[in-house]
Amino acid sequence: MSETAALNMQDIPQRQLPEHLELQRTRVFCKADAPVHTEDVEYSGAYAAIGFDNSLQVDDFRRDFRVEVKNLSMDVIEFDMIGIDASLANAFRRILIAEVPTMAIEKVLIVNNTSVMADEILSHRLGLLPIEADPRLFDFLSENDTPNERNTIVFKMEVHCKKSGPRLTVKSDQLKWLPNGSELLMESPNPSTKPRRFTSFSRSQASSGRPIGMKHRDIIITQLGPGQSIELEAHAVKGTGKVHAKWSPVGTTWYRMLPEVKLLKEVKGNDAEKLVKKCPVKVFDLEDVGHAMKKAVVSKPRDCTLCRECIGDGGEENIALRRVRDHFIFTVESTGALPPEVLFTEAVKILEEKCERVISELS
Amino acid sequence: MGYREKHSVETHNNHAKPIKSAVDKFALLPEFLKVRGLVKQHIDSFNYFINNDIKKIMKTNDRIVCPQDPSLYLRYTKISIGKPLEYVEHATEELNPQLCRLSDRTYASPIKVDIEYTRPNQTNKEYKKDLVIGRMPIMLRSSKCVLSGKDEAELAKLGECPLDPGGYFIIKGNEKVILIQEQLSKNRIIIDTDSKGRVNASVTSSTHETKTKTVFFMDKDKIYLQLNQFSKPISIMIIMKAMGMENDQEVVQMLGRDPKYGFLLFPSMQECRSEKIITQKQALEYLQGKLANLSSLRFEINKDDRVKKILINVFLAHVPQAKDGNFRPKCIYTAVMLRRMMDAVLNVETFDDKDYVGNKRLELSGQLVALLFEDLFKTMNSQVASRMEKAYDKASRSTPLDFIHYMRSDTITNGLERAISTGNWDLKRFKMNRKGVSQVLSRLAFIATLGYMTRVSPQFEKTRKVSGPRALQPSQWGMLCPCDTPEGEGCGLTKNLALMTHVTTDEEEGPLIKWCRKLGVVDVEDLSGEELHAPDSFLVMLNGLILGKHTKPQKFANAMRKLRRKSVIGEFVSIFVHERQRCVYVASDGGRVCRPLVIADKGVSRIKEYHMKELRDGVRSFDDFVREGLIEYLDVNEENNALIALYEHEIHKDGHDEDNADGQKSFITHIEIEPFTILGVVAGLIPYPHHNQSPRNTYQCAMGKQAMGNIAYNQLSRADTLLYLLVYPQRPLLTTRTIELVGYDKLGAGQNATVAVMSYSGYDIEDAIVMNKSSLDRGFGRCIALKKQIVVKETYSNETSDRIVRPQNEPRKQALDADGIAAPGQIVRRHDILVNKQSPRNKRDRITNPMALKDCDYAPSNVSYKGPEGETTVVDRVMLYSDKDNKMCVKFIIRHVRRPEIGDKFSSRHGQKGVIGTIVQQEDFPFSERGICPDLIMNPHGFPSRMTIGKMIELLGSKAAVLSGRFHYGSAFGEPSGHADKVEDISRTLVEHGFNYSGKDLLYSGISGKPLQAYIFMGPIYYQKLKHMVLDKMHARASGPRMTLTRQPTEGRARDGGLRLGEMERDCLIAYGASMLIYERLMLSSDPYQVQVCSQCGLLGYYNHKLKTSWCSMCKSGDNMSSLKLPYACKLLFQELQSMNVVPRLKLTEY
Repeated sequence: MSETAALNMQDIPQRQLPEHLELQRTRVFCKADAPVHTEDVEYSGAYAAIGFDNSLQVDDFRRDFRVEVKNLSMDVIEFDMIGIDASLANAFRRILIAEVPTMAIEKVLIVNNTSVMADEILSHRLGLLPIEADPRLFDFLSENDTPNERNTIVFKMEVHCKKSGPRLTVKSDQLKWLPNGSELLMESPNPSTKPRRFTSFSRSQASSGRPIGMKHRDIIITQLGPGQSIELEAHAVKGTGKVHAKWSPVGTTWYRMLPEVKLLKEVKGNDAEKLVKKCPVKVFDLEDVGHAMKKAVVSKPRDCTLCRECIGDGGEENIALRRVRDHFIFTVESTGALPPEVLFTEAVKILEEKCERVISELS
Repeated sequence: MGYREKHSVETHNNHAKPIKSAVDKFALLPEFLKVRGLVKQHIDSFNYFINNDIKKIMKTNDRIVCPQDPSLYLRYTKISIGKPLEYVEHATEELNPQLCRLSDRTYASPIKVDIEYTRPNQTNKEYKKDLVIGRMPIMLRSSKCVLSGKDEAELAKLGECPLDPGGYFIIKGNEKVILIQEQLSKNRIIIDTDSKGRVNASVTSSTHETKTKTVFFMDKDKIYLQLNQFSKPISIMIIMKAMGMENDQEVVQMLGRDPKYGFLLFPSMQECRSEKIITQKQALEYLQGKLANLSSLRFEINKDDRVKKILINVFLAHVPQAKDGNFRPKCIYTAVMLRRMMDAVLNVETFDDKDYVGNKRLELSGQLVALLFEDLFKTMNSQVASRMEKAYDKASRSTPLDFIHYMRSDTITNGLERAISTGNWDLKRFKMNRKGVSQVLSRLAFIATLGYMTRVSPQFEKTRKVSGPRALQPSQWGMLCPCDTPEGEGCGLTKNLALMTHVTTDEEEGPLIKWCRKLGVVDVEDLSGEELHAPDSFLVMLNGLILGKHTKPQKFANAMRKLRRKSVIGEFVSIFVHERQRCVYVASDGGRVCRPLVIADKGVSRIKEYHMKELRDGVRSFDDFVREGLIEYLDVNEENNALIALYEHEIHKDGHDEDNADGQKSFITHIEIEPFTILGVVAGLIPYPHHNQSPRNTYQCAMGKQAMGNIAYNQLSRADTLLYLLVYPQRPLLTTRTIELVGYDKLGAGQNATVAVMSYSGYDIEDAIVMNKSSLDRGFGRCIALKKQIVVKETYSNETSDRIVRPQNEPRKQALDADGIAAPGQIVRRHDILVNKQSPRNKRDRITNPMALKDCDYAPSNVSYKGPEGETTVVDRVMLYSDKDNKMCVKFIIRHVRRPEIGDKFSSRHGQKGVIGTIVQQEDFPFSERGICPDLIMNPHGFPSRMTIGKMIELLGSKAAVLSGRFHYGSAFGEPSGHADKVEDISRTLVEHGFNYSGKDLLYSGISGKPLQAYIFMGPIYYQKLKHMVLDKMHARASGPRMTLTRQPTEGRARDGGLRLGEMERDCLIAYGASMLIYERLMLSSDPYQVQVCSQCGLLGYYNHKLKTSWCSMCKSGDNMSSLKLPYACKLLFQELQSMNVVPRLKLTEY
């Protein structure tokens, strides 16, 4: 982009920013040495002198905001969120990681563990296993609550490796769901009273909805040598990723701004071929312009990974790498408790709830 | 390697070369380590002791004679060392190392001897075979160890880790290493200056019989001999005369014809003349007068003999007498010494350098144990003799005199055990008193263990402020690691062996002498004094002795080397032609450091590709290479006669004009096997160390030993006092060849953390790092601390013993099983009871039936867990065994799993340590366009001043490794040989995978969601968690325990001590004028005490609580008493003074 001196600027039409300012407002410039204009201009009156209104209007937002799902599979969704501020997109990301609740094993009651793995580490590994259970059907278990069918899922694991057999790999499918709650009896100081169980389920969880289990059945938990055995009960409760990463519903979730690759000059012939070859993700393509001449065109800007190969060594004169400031390519990788698209709506709900809380606090 | 071939082909396309490409010799290295092992020096040396040396020791002390009756004697005919076993109640139990470690026993074998002896009044000799005279601790993996020659499966069966190097001893369950000791060469002439600046030639003679030191020095142009046995320095000419060289001309001739030597000797001759000493007899008489009075009274009888004895046994003790008993060899040796000394006077450059590695010998465990054994063996023999003497004198003998009855095996057993377990080598017989010879093998990290085995402890005490011995010696190249040395007082003194170093053991001299003679060495005895230094010949020295002379030294040396390469003489014999001293040094003594090198003929390696192919196919071993003369060992001295190229292609590289290249090429005699072998094991872990500032590598060498990780394959069945293990250890993505060779890739001590180099939050200044909480949640840096606690079920002198009983339902006993011992898997906290033990109330008086004690006769003596407050720990294992006194013991291993917290110390492999400054939620962490979120953030200010470029390359390399799925390499100096990936190639890989070539990514802020204003250098770096954790260090106290004597708060964290307001802090408060604060800190919060003082006499009185009055017991009145507060320590001082008859009086005034 050529920069013009202020005095030489042409008369500009009102209510519109000059080209370079408009670019600065809407794009992040990924220069070879550092990105510039990464921060957007938030103040509504920033361009008031030119007569440009920088404020955000709800109607405009409603009109311009779009979501385009690009890719959806069992666990991963990739969609474009267009016409939104980075702070909002980031809020969704943050809520997805830390505040959307899931179920995860929190308490492990070990009856017997003769494996080489220490109890604490075994429990830690169990805690990280994703559980296929809709967290919306459960309540949070607070400190004074008794564990019941509304807030606790109980699993049981009993594995034994035969004395004369080979080593046994314990996988997550060894965890068996106990819809009727804990089977272990609490040790009571007074032997005369009837011993209590660790949970008090009033009805079976099996009656309501889908059966609960591990999301993946092939996660290796530990290995047992001949003669070793593990017997335990694992209690899963609802929680959020803020407390521990095991409750995070996503492996990770992130966004990137839409890449924009612009050829500032025409790149022809040998240079074009070089350019095409340079890019490891094939952003550029060749186009015939006749006379056996070829010119480079930008074919897949979305694939740009910002390796900056094309703008090194003076390439910056020919090519500009930019990011569109209000266009987010959002990816959610679910761990499996909920489908990724549901997770996102959950995140939206949480944000909504928070806003309502703020409004009610203020009024 | 592919690269290398290309390279040499490119540069020498039109060169007529014997081979197409340089041969990749790296494969030799694993083969070398397979054959030699990492601690082969220790094992070799111990094997030599056990198989050869012990026999020699026995042979020199093989006879015990009864002092009264010489016909009564005992003779040892054979000595051998059996399998490791122990005698328990008349039965033998075979030992293995793991058993010894767990049950606190000594891993030792019986020393068996065959003897013949006589008994009084019996003519025929008695014979006895396999008599046990003691137990010898056995070095692990030595030839007598049960582990030697075992494969991995067999080792596993014995509970042993295949990666454990061995080379240490197990004494009472503790693993002890005998460190390599550095020493100045024995039996060699060292020319030096002493503290007064005088030129000084000294020889430390060491033979099996004696160890002495002979010093010549030059004072005011005259040369003197200094010997402990003479009270004053003796003029050298007098000594010569005493040895029979009465003619001055003969002496001068022996020194050489050059008049400069004669001139230098002239003042000494004059002095001798002025003392009027001309004949041998006069000289001997003169010497008699100079004898020191060291315990001389005993030998008063024959003074004349004494001087001769000193000349024979003390003066240059290692030079043997001539066959006819004259002193000629000693005279010649003296002359050579004088000549060298005079050379030094005339030419300063000929001084010897004491720090030169070739002038040093390394004493290994075999030699040290040999010394110990020799001393104890002699002690035992003299004990037997003295017992025999006593028994002989006893008139009434019920049993006939029998040597067997007086042989006790505990002298040797206990002596060896005590010395190795305390590390004190206190041998009066050899005037040896060394401390810290053996040390506990550190099992903190696998690398720490290896580091211990290669450590060389210094000859000087560490406190000396000298720079010379601390400096890096050029002769250390390839022998001692240039990086691995501690910081602080031991810096440069404590060293470590390099990867391929070998330390020699003694070798027979006989065949060597024979070969020397055959090759034309003229015997000294056949030479006149004049011929000795004839200008056309070189002296030939063998292990410090003058063997003779040779007219064609180079030819002789070449012939000897040829013999060595043909394995006619030992592979570790060194032949060194010293041009300046006009000497050929042949050495076969033990303790020299040497290393293998590829032999090259005129710059062309003898190893060809087909050799290497045979090696890869397993048809050829490393020893074959040595046997066939492709590889040879050079010691530091012989290296001076060699021109060693780094690479074969290197030879051609510099020579742009062909002639010069060929000229240079033709001088090259050897080629290095691999340049990274100049580093040791510990420094070998560092990737790209040649890109780092040198001190950083040294720091990493110290820190690598503190890193947590896996210790050994048998780590979970070990019982160490303290063990730190990482829960999820990884092998580094960026490895080195050394890492693979030593097995660090199997027993790693760290994790590959994704690091973003950026500043974040301000909690990352001064090397602090910011951690991602989710990474910690998922197990990053998680570790297990295992601690040991032992409970002994005591037995008492009255045959009663403790008992362990079933617990009742009592508090603090919830961890106990029905057997009264805490069960594995139980959670224990501080003060929880581990063993429900009871002791008998009566432990001394005899009790008729100890088994029939009633319950009321026992008092509880429970043993509780002594952990820190607030920690939730778990009983990991409980082991029951009986110790050497047959008492039952319970060993508890208590486990604590820790996740990293603020203040825990981490470090990369480049001497860049830092503590966790803050732990941040993942959503606040920056993330890349691919969703990658770093595990930790490191401040970029760590780079400019440290200059650890290696760390940056590690980051790039690891990133490329992750992307391409191939482990990358960063061996030292490895780029030319393909053992280190080049930055160019790494960058290419990064670009291929769509990353920036410099490793810098666009990151979005996790807080604002906007892109960061800089590209961030991000990628994986191998991070080590160090053993320093806040949990073990944090300490605070409000009020707590006080010392009984002074009533002041205790000191130190272990005793829950107070935090001292020291004198400097006090100075600050005084300067500030905060008097009330001083009063509070120094008095109220410390040891306030109310005293009654009599204002009359000024002494302390007391308060009578019955009468409710104060009383002065001096004045016998209570009238003038006043009450005041002072520190208890002050009151204590007054009373202590009073007890010494000093009366402190307090003068009180109204205020």
